[in-house]
Amino acid sequence: MKSGSSVGVSDVSVELERRIARAIQPLSPWERFVSFVNASLVVAEVEARKLRHDPWEVVTRVVQPILWLTIFGQAVARARLIAGQEDYLTFMAPGILAQSVMFTAIFYGLAIIWERDAGVLQKILVLPVPRASFVTGKGLGAGLRALIQGAVIMLVAMVLQVHFRANLWTILTSGLAVVIGAGVFATLSMLLATLLKTRERFMGIGQVLTMPLFFASNAIYPLDLMPSWLRVVAHVNPLTYLVELLRNALVYGVAPGALRDWFVLLVWLIGLQVMVSRRYDRVLL
Amino acid sequence: MKLVEVEGLIQRFGDVVAVDGLTFSIEAGEAFALLGPNGAGKTTTIRVLVTLLRPTAGSVRIAGLDVTRHPTRVRRVLGYVPQTLSADGSLTGYENLLVVAKLLRIPRAERERAIADVLELVRLEEAADRLVRTYSGGMVRRLEIAQAILHRPVLLVLDEPTVGLDPTARRSVWDALKVLRERDGTTLLVTAHYMGEAELYCDRVAIMNRGRLVALGTAGELKAQAGGAATLDEVFTTLTGDTLESGGSYSEVRQLRRRLRRFG
Repeated sequence: MKSGSSVGVSDVSVELERRIARAIQPLSPWERFVSFVNASLVVAEVEARKLRHDPWEVVTRVVQPILWLTIFGQAVARARLIAGQEDYLTFMAPGILAQSVMFTAIFYGLAIIWERDAGVLQKILVLPVPRASFVTGKGLGAGLRALIQGAVIMLVAMVLQVHFRANLWTILTSGLAVVIGAGVFATLSMLLATLLKTRERFMGIGQVLTMPLFFASNAIYPLDLMPSWLRVVAHVNPLTYLVELLRNALVYGVAPGALRDWFVLLVWLIGLQVMVSRRYDRVLL
Repeated sequence: MKLVEVEGLIQRFGDVVAVDGLTFSIEAGEAFALLGPNGAGKTTTIRVLVTLLRPTAGSVRIAGLDVTRHPTRVRRVLGYVPQTLSADGSLTGYENLLVVAKLLRIPRAERERAIADVLELVRLEEAADRLVRTYSGGMVRRLEIAQAILHRPVLLVLDEPTVGLDPTARRSVWDALKVLRERDGTTLLVTAHYMGEAELYCDRVAIMNRGRLVALGTAGELKAQAGGAATLDEVFTTLTGDTLESGGSYSEVRQLRRRLRRFG
């Protein structure tokens, strides 16, 4: 394998210098942007391909929300624990939908820890592609999973006689809200991964985090029931805004929903995306 | 022409000095092996070279570009195959390549041909549509080489490409690299455990110990320097004072076992 000396060395080096010169030309901002968008979509596509090879993953993830609807939902509805909610199951169903989106996405950061351990992350970070696109692509991928999962839960809810107002607009609104919401929680999860760095620590914190996110929100009871300090927490919690969008659309037929709700979710999403993009590579250290 | 220039490279992690004033250069077209016992600083050096780690001090230039100042441009001339088997087991071999081709924005018209080309080079045409999880270790490694050369990098960096593979698989990996060099004149930087491979397949060998360079030259030169040692193994032992273990640290062994389990 040692290099043969009989080859025309000068030809080779001229050709080589040309190749290098072509490769190391700086990119224009526009080219970098195109490269960013393209790579984000490809990273999301990888998630889609994985789902296609193993669709059972989605099925296993809808079991828990179905249990919430069938066990918790039925019991609380019967007991009429929450005043003013004649049809409790319908009230809580969007909350459970939002919860399942959050529960799936909040463990998304495990993927980058796993990818670091497996060397996938290192390989990706060395590709000539903007590093931020992997964060955005992962967020999109989480959105895609959540969308499929959400559709299945919607169908189950319909079977359980939940009274949803399903039309094109409310479905589109819900779909978009689910994608953005999943993006928020997946990115939050990636932020945790960059801070915690090991699977073990991450699992612990991930589980601790889902509890307050879920219960300090309007997912299964209205905010009026909360003491005022808890209401403050709920007002910062992105889950509250996701639930509100879903509930307004699916229960009250309001589409596209309140500007404030979209605004808060987008601020969370963009803020977290920027933060994670900046410290993404630190998960390696 | 010097493709890689490392000058006074120092890398500290807290109190630990992983690389301690390393200087060497690699000529374009060369196959260069970096050898050393576990913990010598090989992988750390590689990580600085491929823009994954910012050096504490010193400079590294690839194709004349400083890796800390122009990381994105440097990434376009190099391909990197990390130590762990990192191809995605839940996708097929073809999909693994397709994803990289799309990330690199290889135009649609050229994409299929580029993929077919590298598949042929690493001889995985027939296994292309199988899930990578069903591949053997050698096949995964070859697929990763294929992924790393899709954009025809000038420099291919491989961290322990044959560790944990059986002799036949090791051979198949080196064969693929050989074809690559003949076709593209790609410069290789390889860290290795097996002295014999470095001797057989690489033009020059650098031996590291405790973050420093202790020897550099062709295998023949090193043997002469060591007073006419018969094998590179002997040179290595004399210079590093260690016996060459194929084992490694606890975490490496654990990783290796996990990998082997995953890929059968």
